[in-house]
Parts: sequence; C-alpha cells; structure tokens
Amino acid sequence: MGLHVDDHSNYNVLSRIATSDGHGENSSYFDGWKAYDNDPFHPIDNPKGVIQMGLAENQLCLDLTHQWIKQNPQASICTGEGVSEFKDVANFQDYHGLPDFRKAIARFMGKARGGGAKFDPERIVMSGGATGAQENIAFCLANPGEAFLIPTPYYPGFDRDFRWRTGVQLLPIQCHSFNNFKITEPALVTAYQTAQRSNITVKGILVTNPSNPLGTTLDRETLRTLVSFANEKRIHLVCDEIFSGTVFDRPTYVSVSEIVEEEPYYDRDLIHIVYSLSKDLGVPGFRVGVIYSYNDAVVSCARKMSSFGLVSTQTQHLLASMLGDDDFTTKFLAESRRRLSRRHKVFTAGLHRVGIKCLESNAGLFCWMNLKHLLNEATVEAELELWRVIIKEVKLNMSPGSSFHCSEPGWFRVCFANMDDNTMETALKRIRTFVDRGNDTTAAQAKKKKKWSDGSLRLSLPRRIEELSIMTPRLISPHSPLVQAAT
Amino acid sequence: MAQILLSRKAACNTHGQDSSYFLGLQEYENDPYDPKTNPTGIIQMGLAENQLSFDLLESWLQRHPDAAGLRRFGRVVFRELALFQDYHGLPEFKRVSAGFQQHNVRLQALADLMGDLRDNKIEIDPRKLVLTAGATSANEILMFCLAEPGEAFLIPTPYYPGFDRDLKWRTGAEIVPVHCSSSNGFRITRAALEKAYQGARKRNLSVKGVLVTNPSNPLGTTMSRNELGALVDFVVAKDVHLISDEIYSGTTFDSPRFVSVTEAIEGRAHVSDRVHVVYSLSKDLGLPGFRVGAIYSNNEAVVAAATKMSSFGLVSSQTQYLLSALLSDEEFKGNYTGENQKRIKQRHDRLVQGLGRSGISCLKSNAGLFCWVDMRHLLRSNTLEGEMELWREIVYEVGLNISPGSSCHCDEPGWFRVCFANMSAETLDVAMRRLQDFVASGRARDGDSRQRKKPILGKWMLTLSSSDRRSERGC
Repeated sequence: MGLHVDDHSNYNVLSRIATSDGHGENSSYFDGWKAYDNDPFHPIDNPKGVIQMGLAENQLCLDLTHQWIKQNPQASICTGEGVSEFKDVANFQDYHGLPDFRKAIARFMGKARGGGAKFDPERIVMSGGATGAQENIAFCLANPGEAFLIPTPYYPGFDRDFRWRTGVQLLPIQCHSFNNFKITEPALVTAYQTAQRSNITVKGILVTNPSNPLGTTLDRETLRTLVSFANEKRIHLVCDEIFSGTVFDRPTYVSVSEIVEEEPYYDRDLIHIVYSLSKDLGVPGFRVGVIYSYNDAVVSCARKMSSFGLVSTQTQHLLASMLGDDDFTTKFLAESRRRLSRRHKVFTAGLHRVGIKCLESNAGLFCWMNLKHLLNEATVEAELELWRVIIKEVKLNMSPGSSFHCSEPGWFRVCFANMDDNTMETALKRIRTFVDRGNDTTAAQAKKKKKWSDGSLRLSLPRRIEELSIMTPRLISPHSPLVQAAT
Repeated sequence: MAQILLSRKAACNTHGQDSSYFLGLQEYENDPYDPKTNPTGIIQMGLAENQLSFDLLESWLQRHPDAAGLRRFGRVVFRELALFQDYHGLPEFKRVSAGFQQHNVRLQALADLMGDLRDNKIEIDPRKLVLTAGATSANEILMFCLAEPGEAFLIPTPYYPGFDRDLKWRTGAEIVPVHCSSSNGFRITRAALEKAYQGARKRNLSVKGVLVTNPSNPLGTTMSRNELGALVDFVVAKDVHLISDEIYSGTTFDSPRFVSVTEAIEGRAHVSDRVHVVYSLSKDLGLPGFRVGAIYSNNEAVVAAATKMSSFGLVSSQTQYLLSALLSDEEFKGNYTGENQKRIKQRHDRLVQGLGRSGISCLKSNAGLFCWVDMRHLLRSNTLEGEMELWREIVYEVGLNISPGSSCHCDEPGWFRVCFANMSAETLDVAMRRLQDFVASGRARDGDSRQRKKPILGKWMLTLSSSDRRSERGC
C-alpha cells in the first residue's frame, strides 16, 4: 500500500521518516494491544476476553476528578456558569499558555513531588502530552545522529518519541536484576565510552524517575551520580518524572529538582524535566505535557517549538481551576497514593501466592514481574513464546521485557491501575489457573510447547520495513474502555 | 559558565520569529489599544483571527446542557474523555462489547463540516482524516512525511509568514518561492511555477511538491477551478505532491464560490494520491485556542504515517467532544456558516470603504479575514527600506499593527496585510480615522517629522535589517 518499489514514480515515495519503522509501533509492546482490541474483556458481555494489563493508566481516582468538575461548573466554558469565559479562552493561542494554568501546573508539580522542590511558572513549557515533550526536548538538545544514553529497561515509546523524527539515537546503559536494575557509575561510563569508540557524540542522558517499567524511584546517591556525570562530561540530563505523583510507599521520592536546589555547584543549564498529567491525574485524553528546563535558552526554544503541540485552552482553563484548588489537589494526591498502594499490595500478594515474584517497587502503575522460572530457556524467543501463551490462553495483555530492551529475558510489565477490583480478581484467578496447570503436568507443558511452535498461535511481529505501519490502524490506541463491573 | 551546546535547530532562527510579522505583534503586546483604558494604544490588525461570531457559539452552549455537563444520552462521559488518547479520534460512545466497527463520530462531524464548506460536492471520508494540533502541526507533519531534509516545496508569494517556521524549522525542508505579481492580481501562472521549479533544480534542490493556501493568505482571493486544474496539471507533469491549505475555506463571503482542490481532481485518474488538504477550525469557527487541525488525504501511506505523527500533538478529548456535539448540530452549522460569512463580508466592506476614504485601495478579495492593501503610492522609495519605513510609521505613529508585505515574502514593496475580523466595528472605525488623518496630513512623505524621529528609527532599522539578513541565510 503506497510503497511499491517497482513504481519509479517520484510522488509515491514518501520521506524516509514516513516509510521507516522508526515510529516503533511494530514492537511486541503494541502487538498485545492489538490482541486486546480484537477481543476486549467485559465482565458481562465478554467475560472471556483479553484483560488489558499492558496499559499504564491510572483509573483509580477518576471519580474524584469527576466530582470536582460537577461541583465546579464555572471551570468549564460550556456551562451556564462558565460560558462568559468562552470567547477569551477560545481565542487565546499564546504559546506561553494561560497564566493561571502555568501557575497551577507549577504548584501541582511541587505537590506531586511531596513538596521537596518549588517550580517557577515561567519555566513551564506546554507540549502535546509527555510524548510531545520528549520529542521537543530532543529537537532542542541534539542534532541528528547524536545520542542520548538511557538505562534499560525503558518505555518503548521513547524509541518513537525521542528518535523518530529527530534522528537522535538512544544508546543503552545496561542494568541488571542482580542489583535490582540500579543505574551504576560503571554502567554509565561503559555506555559513554562505547558511544565514543563508535564516534557517536553523546549529548545527554534520559532517565525516567519513578521508573517505567520498574516502578522504583532513584535514590539520592544515584541522582547525584547522574548529575555529576552530566556535569563532568558537559552533557544534558533529562528526567521524565511523569509518574512522580504515583509514589505510594517509601522510600520518599526525590526529584532531580531537589538535587538542583541542593547542589549549586552543578550547572543547572544541563537539567531538564519532562512531566505530564496523564498518569498522576489520570487524564491522558487531555494531552497535557510539560517541559521544565533550568536552561533559559532551552525554555525559549522549546516554547517556540511548542506551537506544534499546544494544550487546548479549553483544557488549560479547566485545569487551571482544578489544580488551583489546593484543597482538592492535596486530597486527591493523598487518596490516589492510598488507592495505588492498596491495589499494588493486593496484586503482588495475589502473585506471590502462586510463586510469582515482582521487583520490589514503591511507585508507578505497574509491577515488574519475574517469570524467568516459566521460560523454557533464557532467551528472548522463549520469553515471546511465553508471552504469546499468556495472551492467547491466559487472556491477559501484559508487556514482555524485551519490548522494554531489558537485558534479561523473563521479565514482564503488568499494569494494575486501569481496572476495577473485580477485574483485578479475575486477572489473578486466571494467573493462578495458568500457573497451577503448568505445575500439574510438565508433560502437558511439553505438548503445549510443541503446539506453540507450530505457528498457529503465533502473533505477528512484523519488523520488516514493507510491513510497516499500514497493517493495522489500531495498533497503538487503546479505547480506554470502561473496564469495570456493570453496576 | 559556557553556553551549553544546544542543537543547531535551537541555536538558529529558522523559527522565523525575528521577522517583522512577529515584531509587530510584540509591539502591540507592549501597548495594546483599549477604547477606555488605552485609547491611544496600538490597534491590532496583524492577527488573522475571527472574533465576529462568538455569540453564536456561546448561545449554542447555553442551549445544550448535555455537552456542557459532559453527558451524552444522559450518561456521564467524563471518564471516557479523560482516558481517551486514541490518535484516530473519539469514537461513538458505545459499550465495548457491542462488537461494533466504529464509525468515528468526532471525525464524522468534522468531515461533515468540511463537506458542507465544499458545498457537498465532495464527500469527505473520515477515515482519510487525521486530527492534528492546529494547522501549524498539520503542515509540519505533511513536510515530515513528504520531504527529506534539504528537499523543497514551491510556494507562491506572498505567503503566510508562519510557513517559514512550520514547514522548514524542524523538518529541514526548503521553501522555494513562486513569484507572483500585482500585474495579474498575484495569480499563480504556469510560467511562474516553471521558473521556480527550474530555479530549484539549478540550486540542486529536489522539488517534492507545491503548497498553496486557498483561499489565499494574505491575498484573500480564491483560486478558480481552471487555476486549480492548471496547478494539478503541473504537479502531475513534475510528478510531485500538492498540499492545499484550506484553512480559510469557511470565510468565503462573496463570489466566486470556494472550489476545493478535492473538487478539482474529481474524475481525474492517478492524481488523488498526490493531493493533500490541510484544514483547521481556527479561522472559520474562530477557535484558535482549541488547536484543532486536520490533514485530509487519499494517500493511505500518508494517512498512516501522519496518524502516527499526530501523537505528538493530539487534540484534547475534552475539545473533541465539545466540537463534535457542536458540529453534529445541522441547524447550528447551517445557521452559523451563513451568518459568519455575512458578518465577515460586512466587516470587509467596512474596511475597504474606510481605506477608500484615505485614497487607499485593496486587491479585490472574496475570502479571508484580511485585505491585501496597496500603499505603494505612500512609499518614499519603491524599496524594501521604503516599505519598512512606512510600516514603522504606521505602527508607531498611527498606532496600527499591520503586516508588511515583505514579511509575507512579497516581491513588490508597498503591500500590507490588514486584518479586520478581530475587533469591533467601532475599533475599526477608529483605525480608519487614524489612517485618514495620517494620509491627509501628508506625513507619509513629510521629511521634517521623520528627521526628528530618525535616531530611534535608525537604530531600529539596523536591528531589523540584520535579522532579515539572518533569516535569508537560513541555518
């Protein structure tokens, strides 16, 4: 479709960017969503459907936000109470954003991080979600061919967001389970030197804190190591803190902004934060991303670039009001953490009961699950085989570690905050059944193994350029359905 | 501390924001007119916004509590909206298990509007629509899809100053101007297209397509069916793409009627794959803040790639929801479009008459939110410098922010774009009176008063011309 190498006509050829698979949507990460899309679970209408556990959404506190909106009709420009603002809001297209919006975001950012740091509204730059923010910052900091170092495992979306249209590379800092995937200085140095030997210019480091997919937060020592390394090499440090408000347990969260404030010795011009309301507030549909940079030139450039992905003023207006309500945000963040903590406990306990361990975590909307013991062999192929079984037979969409560039096969990211309690129970039941079945008959497993490899259960993992994006339009997009009991 | 090396894109100024177009906007910000609190301030006539029909939108909102209360068929939909991030746009709200093959209501509503604006001669298929964060994003996405860094698009002059940023900055694409002149009303000729094409070839630039704005910004004119046909012939002959930015299609207030390129290619074989339309609600509906843009293309590969790229700037689901409710209301749409066009015509005529009283004429136009005004006779010298001198006077002495033709890459000095739809009728009258006084006093050609002001202007001229040179050099 659209790409025929036998057709020499010029106009049929799109750009390399358009025709490559740099968008990264051919990864197994997204294949699972496709399986879900084709057969989505519903407690009443489709109880045998696939349960979506591959989507890191926070659906636990939407009732609180919804309640606030009902109680504050003046915040919407569509209500009788608020329509008087309609004209000014609809007409406002300044890329600085509504002043109240920026103030409210800055304040919320501080609160989401436990109050350890203050944020200056003047440094807030809008973007089309964190997706847009990551791309924007990459355009600002690096030229095509230059690279950022990134600890593995990492969010697959970065391959698209940071690299696709920018031409910037992402080079791994390998982390391992023996020390809980901690980012060590030797690993940093190795990654840096490897790049140098290949004549690749390293422009910075990209970390996610709290980590996706690990669900862990960086300790002060690691943050200092990163900042210090960046300072020494004169490279940038971009911290994606999109999950900062989801820290539900100790250790206390430390944002890189605290390090900046504590250590005046380090050059602030190197430090940049990416943030979003998609996870903390659970509103990914509103596309609210933020770039926060301590570098004036970056703020200025990013702001101009934000023209390509501004936040709808209707949304800015609503959120300025909501996030400006101190009472609400305090209660919301506390309740959200409480519910996440509870959900995390229930889920990990349920897994533990069937002998499945997760990496110990204190944040995020997911667990990093260790299924190495269920692999036939310690290879990526075996991991993907297991993954196919989990989707096809257990009917759970979870994400294989290889899609996160994990160095060790057998890890899976499982999301737990995008469903209600009953669905969670159903998911745990299915896992229990699957594990029990596996324990009962290893012979049966051997038979299954044969069955898996006959191709009939094989989900496609197209990586060839010819099969790129055209195959399915719904690959990346979850409907974000109501996965809840129908009461 | 040494400046940390940013990317080349960050360090150069291809974002184009040093141009006089933006400087004028800045000056307005510093001293904005208000009839009561700042009656001597600068009147904003450099911003092509449509503020004429907000009352129609507001009254619709007041009459439709469901859309207001984020309800549909009585059911609360906040949750779905908050979570919805599908880059295909909001689907109908049905239960997931219904096994439906979604007909995308939001896109349908937008597709219907676009069809209406094309007199329903063309059916717009929502599956070929990609939602983007405004036309700004739509244009950039198309560049990313169609051109490699260093490749070029031909664009007829004068053109919207924002293109220098939207099309070139992050994409690395080049713009090659197709020179149009007042001798034939700035119409695009085959000869001009050919000349631009050959010129690009001589510079070793690979031409990937042509981009036109129809109705034109800044001219306010629409292309005839014949002109469109000739344009399509050209792109077929050269085997390149055609992008038609139709952002102003709903502002056509007079005959001839607007003809979309989609209509012009009807029935022509092997052409639809190379033609792409850009649209937005920022001008027609006057909602620039909501960032609603769209790409419409028959080329599946383009739609697929553009859809993925739209991830970097999706439209807020909250906004999608409101607008689809609004645009699904047939009665409202019909009423709005007609009334909006009527008001634009009235305001346009008011400006033209006002200018006429000052002995100033405009290019005859039938669309847009501005007039292309001929002030060549007011120039001291028929040069770029002459135009900038006049511009500075109009901004600082007369207090009107209008856009000089050079910022739109016009080849002939003395033309200015003057917007009329972003102010009240009274403010427009004030603007016209000021202009009249200015012209009547002969200050435009008065040497003495200019001598007095020269030191400040001299410094300004240096700043301005050096930045113009920088942007010509490009990065």
